[in-house]
Amino acid sequence: MSTDPGPPAQRATGTVVPGWRAMWLRVEGHWAWYRRYWRSSLYSSGIEPLLFLAAMGLGFGSQVEAGPATGGHSYLHYVTPALLVAGAVMSGMGESSFPVLSGFKWQKDYIAVTATPITPGQLLGGQLAWLGIRLTLSGVVYGLVALTFGAWLRPGAVLVVAVGVLAGLACAAPVMALAAATYDEGRRFIVMFRFVMVPMMLFSATFFPIDRIPIELRWLTWISPLWHGNELARAAALGGGDPLAVAGHAAFLLALFAGGVVLARRLFYRRLVV
Amino acid sequence: MANGGDDGDPRLMVSGKALVKRFGGVAAVDGIDVEVRSGEAFGFLGPNGAGKSSTMRMVACVSPRSDGELRVLGMDPDKDGPRIRARIGVVPQLDNLDAELTVRQNLQVYGRYFGLSRAHVRAKAVELMAFAELSDRADDPVDPLSGGMKRRLTIARSMVNDPELMLLDEPTTGLDPQARHLLWGRLYQLKQQGVTLIITTHDMHEAEQLCDRLVVMDGGRIVAEGSPASLIARYSTREVLELRFAPGEQDGQVSRVADLAERSEALPDRLLLYTADGEATLEAAHARGLRPVSTLIRRSTLEDVFLRLTGRSLVD
Repeated sequence: MSTDPGPPAQRATGTVVPGWRAMWLRVEGHWAWYRRYWRSSLYSSGIEPLLFLAAMGLGFGSQVEAGPATGGHSYLHYVTPALLVAGAVMSGMGESSFPVLSGFKWQKDYIAVTATPITPGQLLGGQLAWLGIRLTLSGVVYGLVALTFGAWLRPGAVLVVAVGVLAGLACAAPVMALAAATYDEGRRFIVMFRFVMVPMMLFSATFFPIDRIPIELRWLTWISPLWHGNELARAAALGGGDPLAVAGHAAFLLALFAGGVVLARRLFYRRLVV
Repeated sequence: MANGGDDGDPRLMVSGKALVKRFGGVAAVDGIDVEVRSGEAFGFLGPNGAGKSSTMRMVACVSPRSDGELRVLGMDPDKDGPRIRARIGVVPQLDNLDAELTVRQNLQVYGRYFGLSRAHVRAKAVELMAFAELSDRADDPVDPLSGGMKRRLTIARSMVNDPELMLLDEPTTGLDPQARHLLWGRLYQLKQQGVTLIITTHDMHEAEQLCDRLVVMDGGRIVAEGSPASLIARYSTREVLELRFAPGEQDGQVSRVADLAERSEALPDRLLLYTADGEATLEAAHARGLRPVSTLIRRSTLEDVFLRLTGRSLVD
């Protein structure tokens, strides 16, 4: 091998970014995108729940009398916190389905990112952190507009945004895992939206309390993350939550999130390191 | 493993021994030895499915080896993947730009993943856009750019960390000749700067243009290794005489002229005669009464080497 080695090569300028900062760089990348598209994005995730609030809370709610079913509160006060959580869960699941699959399959930007010092685990972390930020943003927008409707009763209601973020991420993480394990065109997501997300939205005590659901079907509500989120959100917004129940609901969501992250992390590695 | 893990020969950018990559039971790379030195332009030549991309992915530290030894920049990809990736540039076979970001944002965002400061990536993006002749599209989204522009941007993006080693997987596949020449010019420029290039291609012309040294892969193995000129000298003759016949008339012609050449090859559409002197061989063929529709005398290329070594054409 008599090849002339040529002039000495430059020393590369790249370095390995430590874990949490690497995750944050991914968030920064998403932010570059968001700055261009925030209007349409904020519309779908923040304004949509407001339309629900106007229709259900103000319109439909005007026909509902405060009573034992609504805990003595007006229907607007009853439904406002739950609609924030439902909106967060829907956008969390939506953002973790096709957009994540695209990162692997169509746009392939996940492949581009993991060719850099960023690892698949950090990529996933960045994805979740970014989603958390967006859920916070849309939750705040919703909360402020609802405030002008007089939909909040007490300061504790600010915690509803945090509950929305938690419930949204708890539902997002397992869906990200599903996306990482999807190699076809993602038809399963359509099925998931239709047969998991919509029924969950309708039967998780979002619009009416759980005791209106037949006892033999009630277990479906108990396993619904949205129901746990709704209960937490109402405890924060309306007060009077049993501390033990609150802890239980939070634990359910945290466990779902943790389990989803562990599974998604494994599947991200399986998909990107082959 | 001190200072950056550079053990062994510091000029050895990549060294693989008995390297194997298996998918399920199938060996995509089946025990190859490969060494790439600093400043070299090294090529993997072979048909689709030869194991070129699988090898590249192992070197890029995104695909763990199934067996054998591999060092990249003196480090072990299994242990030091992120540290190696920080110092290399990867151009994938298919562009994976962020279509919704602008040209400039693509470069800046990507540069940040390498731990570069905002000020650094801002300046670097300007420099790279000039290099890729994309300065006038700086703030346009990527999506509507032409294939050649996207390819140039992908290459520019891979240079954002001033890599010591660049891995280019079929860099010019699917580009028109003009775009291809522009890219070759850019890659040549990099080579002049001392950047080590590893290129996979099934374009023989590209390999001859760019590579100091290359290996021919087939079925997961290396079947030949050397400089383009030495491979041609070793496995082919100086000239090739191509004879084309009217459809259906080629059969049976091989036996009439085979002894005129060192070697002959019957392709579906033409007969190749490998010879030191194409002119003389053509005369002799005419003297035997052969009447081809057209003839061509050319010098041997890597395509001929490949044909010889694997028994089939590269474009299969």
